[in-house]
Amino acid sequence: MSIWAEAWEFISTGLDWTGENGLTRPTFDGGWKFANDSILALTIEHLYMSFAAVGIAALTALPLGIALGHVRRGGGLTVALSNVSRAMPTLALLTLFAASAIGFGNRAVIIAAAIFAFPPILTNAFTGMADVDADVRDAALGQGLTRLQVATRVELPLAWPLIAAGLRTSASQTVATVPLAALVAGGGLGVIINTGLATQRYGEVLAGGVLVAALTLAVDAAMGALQRRLTPLPLRATSLVSA
Amino acid sequence: MDDAPPNPWLSWRYVESNLTELSDQLTIHTTLTLEAVAIALAIAFPLAVLARNVRWLTRPILGITGVLYTVPSLALFALLAPFTGIGRTTVLIGLVVYALLVLVRNIIAGLEGVDRDVVDAARGLGYSRLRLLWGVEIPNALPSIVAGLRIATVTTVALVTVGVVVGYGGLGQLMFRGFQSNYRAQIATSVILCLVLALVLDLAIVMAARAAMPWARRRRAA
Repeated sequence: MSIWAEAWEFISTGLDWTGENGLTRPTFDGGWKFANDSILALTIEHLYMSFAAVGIAALTALPLGIALGHVRRGGGLTVALSNVSRAMPTLALLTLFAASAIGFGNRAVIIAAAIFAFPPILTNAFTGMADVDADVRDAALGQGLTRLQVATRVELPLAWPLIAAGLRTSASQTVATVPLAALVAGGGLGVIINTGLATQRYGEVLAGGVLVAALTLAVDAAMGALQRRLTPLPLRATSLVSA
Repeated sequence: MDDAPPNPWLSWRYVESNLTELSDQLTIHTTLTLEAVAIALAIAFPLAVLARNVRWLTRPILGITGVLYTVPSLALFALLAPFTGIGRTTVLIGLVVYALLVLVRNIIAGLEGVDRDVVDAARGLGYSRLRLLWGVEIPNALPSIVAGLRIATVTTVALVTVGVVVGYGGLGQLMFRGFQSNYRAQIATSVILCLVLALVLDLAIVMAARAAMPWARRRRAA
């Protein structure tokens, strides 16, 4: 049987979606975890880990980037951060965590993924705020708006398309990175790929790869739709052209 | 916890007693990176020139390289494994695919950014298309091409480690073994070597670019 046929069989068989004993499985300490033999459970776990990581990154990077962009300081810092994060292998961070007090498993993976999700959000928030036309800001200040009002009512709406683009990049990148969790005893769709490799069932590997790629593209599309929806109407036409 | 044997993050003894293995994996990591970037550049160049000169090919070329880029690295190596087997070839192909998008994008952006007046002047002087590309457009696009080359090289160094899934991850191999045996010195040493390699290659490109663009230096001095 060809690899493609094996992959199709794996994806299309009902058991592989809902698992033999449901989506969750009890753990020895009375809690529960996502079942490893269910595509559906692994997908939910994958999404949960990705959104937790992006959420943590957004909660820290957005205020910082917006504040720094508003006062137009720290541009060098954001550039340096994104450069270092590019050179740092995800696997390096995961293995470093595993050998330290943080340990391994889903929590460590979420922290590592959050660190890699941080730079694109920060850079875009900073650039979006800092690149607002100086004349527009001056006009707003001249009309008697306070600095806080300028930041929230003038700069933020204008910066929003770029901020949303940063969130989108960061989200799809995170969904594509989380599969590495399977290498350090984490969950998510990477488990399917890893199990397939370990047992030399390459159809399963292919199925896992296709599933992750599809999920990445789906999240990217969803974030793109959200980005358009949230862009203020007067800005929508121009942001569509640039997108 | 006090009875546990020491497990330091940095240990010179580890480096000394594993020097051959460290240098072997570092060599693999370096050659794999250079080979991947060289092949990617060799493919990206004609592709970018084609995408720019043949209008209806621009969108398909950028679209395909863009979709390839969204395929997660673990999945890509895993997807290639059934067809190309386990080992070097699989990792190399994966790395080339990822480096490709960055390079194609930057080369196209560089060529598009060349001053129209300069191109017109060269055309007026009777330059042929090939000579125009080689003698005028590429030198002018070099800063953007170099920027793409730097990003591609640094990300490739990081990406080699994921090759662990097919048993050929260079320094990633050491990181992963260190993880499995909870050997901190092994993890930390290979991570540091990885970062240093990225830094050294990045600096090498910057220096080579400076040597290749003497005019940029002169302009800054003036």
